[in-house]
Amino acid sequence: MSKIVQRPKLKWSERLYLPAIFGGMKVTLRHFFAILTRKKKVTMQYPEEKWDAHLPNHYRGAPTLVMDEHGRERCVACQLCEFICPPRAITIHPEEIASDEKWAKVEKRPKTFEIDMARCIYCGLCQEVCPEQAIFLRKDYVVVGHSREEMVHDKKRLYELGQTMDGLVHKWNELK
Amino acid sequence: MSEPTTSDLVDVQIDGVWHQFPKGTRIIEACRQVGVEVPHYCYHPKLSSPGNCRMCLVQMGTPPRTAPGAEPTAPDETGHLPISWSPRPIIACANTVSPNLGIRTKGDLVDDCRKGVLEFLLANHPLDCPICDKAGECGLQEYSMEHGVGQSTFRERKVKKPKNVDVGPRIRLDDERCIMCSRCIRFVDEIVDDPVLGFTDRGSYTTLMVYPGRELANNYSLNTVDICPVGALTSNDFRFQMRVWFMRETKTIDTNCATGCNITVYARENKIYRVMPRRNNEVNSDWMPDSHRLSFHWIDGEDRLSDPMLKAEGGFRTANWIEVIKAAAKRLSGLSGDQIAIVASARMTNEELYVVSKLAKQLGSELLATVPRQGEPDGYLISADRNPNTNGARLILGEKAVSGGLDRVKSAIQQGQIKALLVFQEDLIADTGLDGVSLKKLDFLLVAHSCANETTAIADIAVPAACWAEVSGTMINGTGRLQRLNKALEGPGQTLPVWEIARDLLRALGSDDNCQSVTEIFRHLADDVAEFKGVAWGQIGDQGMPLIETGEIIPLLERERERKAAGIIVG
Repeated sequence: MSKIVQRPKLKWSERLYLPAIFGGMKVTLRHFFAILTRKKKVTMQYPEEKWDAHLPNHYRGAPTLVMDEHGRERCVACQLCEFICPPRAITIHPEEIASDEKWAKVEKRPKTFEIDMARCIYCGLCQEVCPEQAIFLRKDYVVVGHSREEMVHDKKRLYELGQTMDGLVHKWNELK
Repeated sequence: MSEPTTSDLVDVQIDGVWHQFPKGTRIIEACRQVGVEVPHYCYHPKLSSPGNCRMCLVQMGTPPRTAPGAEPTAPDETGHLPISWSPRPIIACANTVSPNLGIRTKGDLVDDCRKGVLEFLLANHPLDCPICDKAGECGLQEYSMEHGVGQSTFRERKVKKPKNVDVGPRIRLDDERCIMCSRCIRFVDEIVDDPVLGFTDRGSYTTLMVYPGRELANNYSLNTVDICPVGALTSNDFRFQMRVWFMRETKTIDTNCATGCNITVYARENKIYRVMPRRNNEVNSDWMPDSHRLSFHWIDGEDRLSDPMLKAEGGFRTANWIEVIKAAAKRLSGLSGDQIAIVASARMTNEELYVVSKLAKQLGSELLATVPRQGEPDGYLISADRNPNTNGARLILGEKAVSGGLDRVKSAIQQGQIKALLVFQEDLIADTGLDGVSLKKLDFLLVAHSCANETTAIADIAVPAACWAEVSGTMINGTGRLQRLNKALEGPGQTLPVWEIARDLLRALGSDDNCQSVTEIFRHLADDVAEFKGVAWGQIGDQGMPLIETGEIIPLLERERERKAAGIIVG
């Protein structure tokens, strides 16, 4: 059902528009002088200043790999994130952990782990699917590079960004 | 076997529906035949049935027994007696059907049994699915999803068992994952007569072990990995290479010997990661030899030819197909038929051989040969003839080419009668005893091969030909069965299948032959070669079809048939 709206009848002063224009000007000028006299600050001096403190905990920035509190890489190269990744940004090549190493019990780890940040859409499915709680979207949103190759985060870079995460499920203890 | 007569059939009710089965049918097979799946771990149709996993428990019922002096119960209007259900479940794998038997594969009793069995199996099973190679095709994962409780009530410590045990050169054992189905033990004992596996200890501590001082090293050991329902036995070759859900499956056949084991090729992004046997009761049962299974690694090797090569100053230069075919046709057109010889390969498909035979006709060449490969048969699946398609070569190129053809070509080359030699998919220097000196006497040598080798090194033109995994086509195995290959990969670079190379040469030499696909070639082949008469491509199917009688037998199948006739296995 349509509703008919009557066009308001304007007075002659209103039809000049000048009072409304000056009214608007007044607001603009008030802000202009407030900023000019440093009474008010609206511009963030990026990149010297950053928004980071305001980011909520559920913010989805760059995906990263994390270590557990014993310094073990949590990722066991199950490749579920590679499977779920909608833009196919993740490529993993697994390897076997040698039997004389400390975490030989885990048997498997990624030899290479690459996330192509030019492809990543920050959807967070990798974090959601990970059965080992090894991949997390952290708050880094500044992902830059001069070439496509630089946009690919390798394993070293992913751990640099991810660091250690304490207090997660510890799956590979002696009892398992 | 004769068709069962009506009196050999018994009426069985499965989940409320009456069916008829021959006497002696196992309950699990009867259910499978009517589309009712009974979950199971230890049962395998090609092995004896010890009934030790208890996963296939079903509810059974028989007609009520008539008390002495009482009137027998009358059958209902469908001719069946009422069923009195037993409160005790039975295993479906080792029990056979009986007249008026009732089977329930659903219901509270069966559900409780399955939940209970799965909870016990999972009590000590580690939760390392993320690293386990079997994840994605694991019987324990699948049935846990379908029939399991989802949560464990087991609060005690899990039993620790040996992990990462080296049981043989190609196999790793993880005892914690083992669910004691004993399929591997029965396989090495019953099929390959190498009983090196067994259980030690009892109860929760039962452990699968290899006999002290022995190894699981026989040439069929990797079949235990296939039949292991969990990830207890894993292949060293495939271990941690690729997750199973990434790979694309292609049904094709093995080309390492004349048996032509039916296989499934698992590949991802144009690389083969594993090869597994595929059931064909007329060829390889469910098995294949390790030596054949692991012989695919050369396909993505460094020595693959990827571009056509023309001999130039101080070596070769890469060229394109148009250039190379023109150059070859120019060199061949001046020669008469008796100056040209062709060596084809019994490793090529019938379609490839057929186009090569047409090429020989176009050139007027009578000297055609294949390279024979004889070895020792192993008494199981490996045939003495290590060429996969000797029978096809015999039918298409003629008996003369297969027996003695190579000797005639060799002596003609050494006597200098031959000016030009075309070689398809064979390395003459490595495999025939022809040396580089006599081959250099030729005016023109064209070699089409998948890999660079000594023969391609002295060729005037060397072109890249697709290997068995990169072509579709047909082959005839040792027993005379026509079987189909399916293309699983793209060849590297400019690689073409032999039939396309031979066709392009044919056309450059003035023929108007313009076949565009293997199915088209097969149609011409069926018109042309008497034995193929009336056979259509679509008729061959995934299981192949008998084409000719050769009298050859596959020893493993003979033994399987005996065991089936004796009622030991289902088959």
